[in-house]
Amino acid sequence: MNFQTTIGLEVHVELKTNSKIYSPSPVDFGDQPNANTNVIDWGYPGVLPTLNKGVVRDGIMAGLALHAQIAHHMHFDRKNYFYPDNPKAYQITQSDTPIAHDGWIEIEVDGKKKKIGIAEMHIEEDAGKNTHTSKYSYVDLNRQGTPLIEIVSKPDIASPDEAVAYLEALRQRIQFTGISDVKMEEGSMRVDTNISIRPVGSDKFGTKTEMKNINSFNYVRKALAFEEKRHQQVLMSGGHIAQETRRYDEPTGTTVSMRTKEGADDYRYFPEPDIPDLNVSDDWIKEIEGEMPEMPGERRKHYVDDLGLSDYDAMVLTQTKEMSDFFEAAVKDGGDPKRVANYLMNDVNSYLNDKHIDLPDTKLTPANLAGMVKLIDDGTISSKMAKKVFKGILAGEEPQAYAKEHGLVQLSDPAQLQPIVDDVLANNAQSIEDFKNGKDRAVGYLMGQIMKQTRGKANPQVVTQLLMKSLKAK
Amino acid sequence: MDFYQTDLSQLHNDLVNKKISASELTKATFDHIKANDDQVKAFLTLNEDAATKCAQEIDDAGIAADQLVSGVPLAVKDNILTKGLTTTAASKILENFNPVYDATVVDKLNQAGFINVGKTNLDEFAMGSSTENSAFFTTHNPWDLTRVPGGSSGGSAAAVAAGDVLGALGTDTGGSIRMPASFNGVVGMKPTYGRVSRWGIIAFGSSFDQVGWLTRTVKDNAYLTALIAGNDKHDMTSSLKEVPDWAAHLNDDTSVKGLKIAVPKEYYDDLNDDVKKVVKAALDHLESLGATVDKVSLPRTKYGVPAYYILASSEASSNLQRYDGIRYGFRAKDAKNLDEVYVKSRTEGFGEEVKRRIMLGTFSLSAGFYDAYFNKAAKVRRLIAQDFYKVFENYDLIIGATGATTAFKIGAEIDDPKTMYMNDVLTVPVNMAGLPAMSVPAGFSEKNGMPVGLQIIGKPFDEQTIYNAGYVFEQTTDFHKKAPKLGGQN
Amino acid sequence: MMASKITKQQVEHVAELAKLEFPKDELGKFTTQLGSIIDMFEDLTAVDTDGVEPMTSATDRVNVMREDKAVKATKEETEALLKNAPDEDGGYIRVPVIIDESEDGE
Ligand SMILES: [Mg+2]
Ligand SMILES: [Zn+2]
Repeated sequence: MNFQTTIGLEVHVELKTNSKIYSPSPVDFGDQPNANTNVIDWGYPGVLPTLNKGVVRDGIMAGLALHAQIAHHMHFDRKNYFYPDNPKAYQITQSDTPIAHDGWIEIEVDGKKKKIGIAEMHIEEDAGKNTHTSKYSYVDLNRQGTPLIEIVSKPDIASPDEAVAYLEALRQRIQFTGISDVKMEEGSMRVDTNISIRPVGSDKFGTKTEMKNINSFNYVRKALAFEEKRHQQVLMSGGHIAQETRRYDEPTGTTVSMRTKEGADDYRYFPEPDIPDLNVSDDWIKEIEGEMPEMPGERRKHYVDDLGLSDYDAMVLTQTKEMSDFFEAAVKDGGDPKRVANYLMNDVNSYLNDKHIDLPDTKLTPANLAGMVKLIDDGTISSKMAKKVFKGILAGEEPQAYAKEHGLVQLSDPAQLQPIVDDVLANNAQSIEDFKNGKDRAVGYLMGQIMKQTRGKANPQVVTQLLMKSLKAK
Repeated sequence: MDFYQTDLSQLHNDLVNKKISASELTKATFDHIKANDDQVKAFLTLNEDAATKCAQEIDDAGIAADQLVSGVPLAVKDNILTKGLTTTAASKILENFNPVYDATVVDKLNQAGFINVGKTNLDEFAMGSSTENSAFFTTHNPWDLTRVPGGSSGGSAAAVAAGDVLGALGTDTGGSIRMPASFNGVVGMKPTYGRVSRWGIIAFGSSFDQVGWLTRTVKDNAYLTALIAGNDKHDMTSSLKEVPDWAAHLNDDTSVKGLKIAVPKEYYDDLNDDVKKVVKAALDHLESLGATVDKVSLPRTKYGVPAYYILASSEASSNLQRYDGIRYGFRAKDAKNLDEVYVKSRTEGFGEEVKRRIMLGTFSLSAGFYDAYFNKAAKVRRLIAQDFYKVFENYDLIIGATGATTAFKIGAEIDDPKTMYMNDVLTVPVNMAGLPAMSVPAGFSEKNGMPVGLQIIGKPFDEQTIYNAGYVFEQTTDFHKKAPKLGGQN
Repeated sequence: MMASKITKQQVEHVAELAKLEFPKDELGKFTTQLGSIIDMFEDLTAVDTDGVEPMTSATDRVNVMREDKAVKATKEETEALLKNAPDEDGGYIRVPVIIDESEDGE
C-alpha cells in the first residue's frame, strides 16, 4: 500500500520586546532566578494584566511577513491548566480571534517550489521554567510572560524535508523582520509537530501523533522521518495508531510515547475579562508595513542587480539577517561588495563554524572588515598580510592601526623600492644574463631576492614593474 | 466613639478645629469596636498598632484642610489588599497571607491620610449573601444578633451599622454591597463597572466586580466614592470618564421634582409583604416630592440569577486556580507529590461554597457544555443589559427593593444554596449590565423591626442622579438616624 | 437541550479539572445539590437568544495598550515574593518533583 504523509507544525517564537506581554518586567532571563519578576508574573491575588503595545505591533509585522490577513477586531482568551511554571493556572492567549490568519510562505525542495499555508498566528505569554532533581522541581518565573507568537501551519506539508524547508523559510522571514532572534538552541524558536499518514487517494486524515519541543531542525527531520516510518509499519501490519504525545529520543534516534491524549485535555477557554477588545485600524497596519525591513528576496535582488554578486553569493549572504546586515554595513563603509562577500562567505563563516558561535558573538565589525578590504584594494597590505590582519580584526582591532603596529604594510613607493632593485641587480649579474637569454625563471629568482631584502613587505606588483623596466634597460 | 452622632464633614471640622485629635479619635474608635465586636464580629483583623502610629503622625503633621478623610478611621473589606496587613478573603487558603502591595483604592486612601482601622469579615472570596461562608466566623447583624448581616460585605455593613466607623470599603459582584446595606440599614453604593480600579481587589467575577462604600449617609458615600474612583493604568477595564464631585453637587437640586422613576414590577410585586409595604411608602414619598413614578417591566429579571451564577462562577473558577499551594498561601503539609500539592491544598484550603462555585464554573466551561451554559448565559446577559437601556430611554432612574426580604436568621438558608442564590435576584441584573446602583435605608419591617433598603439604579456613569435622589430621600426621612441597640430587639 | 442531571462520574471529572477532591460518601449528596443548581441554569433555555452576541465584559474601554517600557522589580520586592512562597530554595520556588511533563511548552 502507498501512503501520503500530512505534517502540521506549531512554531512558538519569542519576541525581543523590552517588557513582557502583560507586565512591565524586563524580557531577560539570563539573570538570577526570579530576578525579573513582579507580582503580575507571580499571579498574585488582585493583579491585572496590562497589554504591551509593542507585542501587538510585532505580531502584526510577523503576520505581514507571512502574507497573512491581519484581524481588525480581536480579543484575548484564557486557557486553563495547572502547572508549576504557569502561575495563574491560565495562559492568556488568543483562541477565538488570532491576530493574523490565512498566510503562506514559499519553500523549495529538490528544486521544486511550493507554497505552504499558514492557518493562523496568535500572540500569547510564555511560561516560566522548571528544572528538576530526583526529589524536587525548581520554578524560575523569569521567562513567565515573555511574549510569544504561535504560528500554526495548514496541513500542506507532505514530507520531513518539506517540514524543515518550511521551518527554515519561516525562521528566515521572521528573523528579517527583526522581532525575534529565532534561535532553536536558545529556545527563542520552539517547534511542535504532528504527523499522520493515510492511503494515497483517501480523503480522511489518519490518526496523528504529536511531538513537542524538538530542539533542532535536524532532529525535526529525523523525528518526523522515524514517525512516518513507524506509522507505515503499524498500519501495514494491521495495527492502529494511538493518538498520543511522543518524545524524540536523541541518543537512539527513535520516538517514545509520553502519554495518551484521548479526552485528556480540556482547557476551558473563555474570553479574558481583564483585557478590553482590540480594534486594529488600516492606518496602523499601513504604518507597520512601512516600518517592515526588506525581506530576504528583496535583498537578494539588490545584491545581484546593483552590487554585481552572483545568485549563489546573494543566497548565502541572506541566510541570516545578521550576515546580511553585516554585509550591507560593510559595503556602506566602503568595502568592495565582492571582496566583502568573499570574506564573509569563506574566512568569516569557517571561523564561526570552527568556534560554534554567531556573528554578533565576535568582535568583528563591518567597519573593520571594510577597512581591511580597502587596505587590500589600495595595495597597502598583501593578501598574505591580510591573513594576519584578519586575525587582528577578529580580536576587535582597527585594521590600519593593527597593520602598522605589526609592520604589515607593503612597500609600494617606487622611490623607496628602486634602490633595492638596483642593488639586487648589481649583485646578480648572472641572472641578468639568464633573462637576456630568455630564461624567465630568472625574474622569479630576482623577485625573491628583493622580497628577502624587504622582509616580504614589498608590493609585488610595484616590484615587478620596476624590475622589468630595469632589466629591459640593461 | 459613636459615629451615629456625626458625619464626615462634621468630623473633619472637629479635627481641623482641634476639638478632637486623630489620636483621640482613633483610640475612641478602637474602644468602641472592642466594646461591640465580641457580639457583632465585624472584623477579621484589627490594625490597632499601625493605626495608632498613623494617627500620631497625622496629628504631628496637621490635618490636611482639603482632605475630608485626613485622620478619619475607616475600615477595609478583607478581600482588598493592604500592604503588610494580613489579607485573607476570609479563606483558609490565604490565612496568613501578607500582601506586598496596596490595592489602588487603599493607595488613594493612604494618600488622603485615612486611618485604616482593620479588615472586615466577608463570605469567603466574596461568595455568599450572609457572611456565614467566612472560614473564620459569622458576622452578626447589629440590629438582631441572631440574624445575618447579609453578604458578602457583611462585616463592612455591620461595622458601619454598629457605629464602629463612618464608612467601610466593600466589593459588589452580584449585590455584595447593596444587600448587606439593605439588611443593616446603611447606605451602600456599587459604582458603574470601570469607575473604580480593581487593581489589588482579590478577583471573584472579573467582569462584574466593583469596589464601593458602605456608609452612614449618602453624602459621605458620594464623597468617599469620588475619592477612590478614576482611571488607573493598572486596570485596563477602568474608565477614562471624568469623576464628578458628586458630594459637592448634592445641594444643587434639593428636590426630585420632574424626576422620571421607573419601578419594574419584578422589583415590587414579588416582595415579602413587610418589605413591600416599606418600598411602597418610599415610592409614595418620592412621588409626593414631585417625582413621576411609573410601573414598567424588566421581564428577563428572573434569568439574572441563573445567568449570573454561570458567568460569575466560570470567571471565579479560573480566577481561583492560582490558589494552588505553589507560590503563596496554604500548601497542604502531607502532600507527597505535585498533584497532591494541588488537590490537597485546594481541597483543604477552600470552603464548601467556594468549592461549589468552582465546580459550577468549571462545569459550565468544560468541553461539551460551554455553548449550553457559558455562552448561553453570556447572550442572556446582553439581553438583560438591553432591557435596562430600553427603560433608560424614557426614565432617569429605576427604583425598587434591594432584596425581597429582610435579614434572615443565621443558619436558616446555609444548607440550601439554591434558595440562598435567589436572595440576589434583584441585585445581580445590575452587575450583569455594569450599572451603578445604591441601596438607601427606606424604613423598617413592621414584622421584625429589621431595616429595609431601597435600591436606586442609574444609567452608566450617572452616579450623580442616584446620589441626588438618595440624598433628597434621606434628608426628608429619618431612617438613617435610627441606631441599633446592640444585643436587644429593635 | 441535554438531560439536566449531572452524574457522579461527571462531578468526578469536573473535580479532576478543578484539582479538588470530594470524599466518596459525600459525592452523592453533592451531585444532587449541583444537579439542582444546574436545573436552575436550564431555565435559560426558555430565553430566545438567536442572533444575540454574547456579552463577556461591561467595560467602556477598547484598544487599551501600554508602551513597551521595562520596569525591573527591586531586589527587596522579589525577596518579599520569595518570602511568601511555601517552599523556596536558592531563589527558586521549590515543589515536589514534576513527573508528568506533558504540559511543558503550551
Ligand atoms: Mg498550541
Ligand atoms: Zn502556544
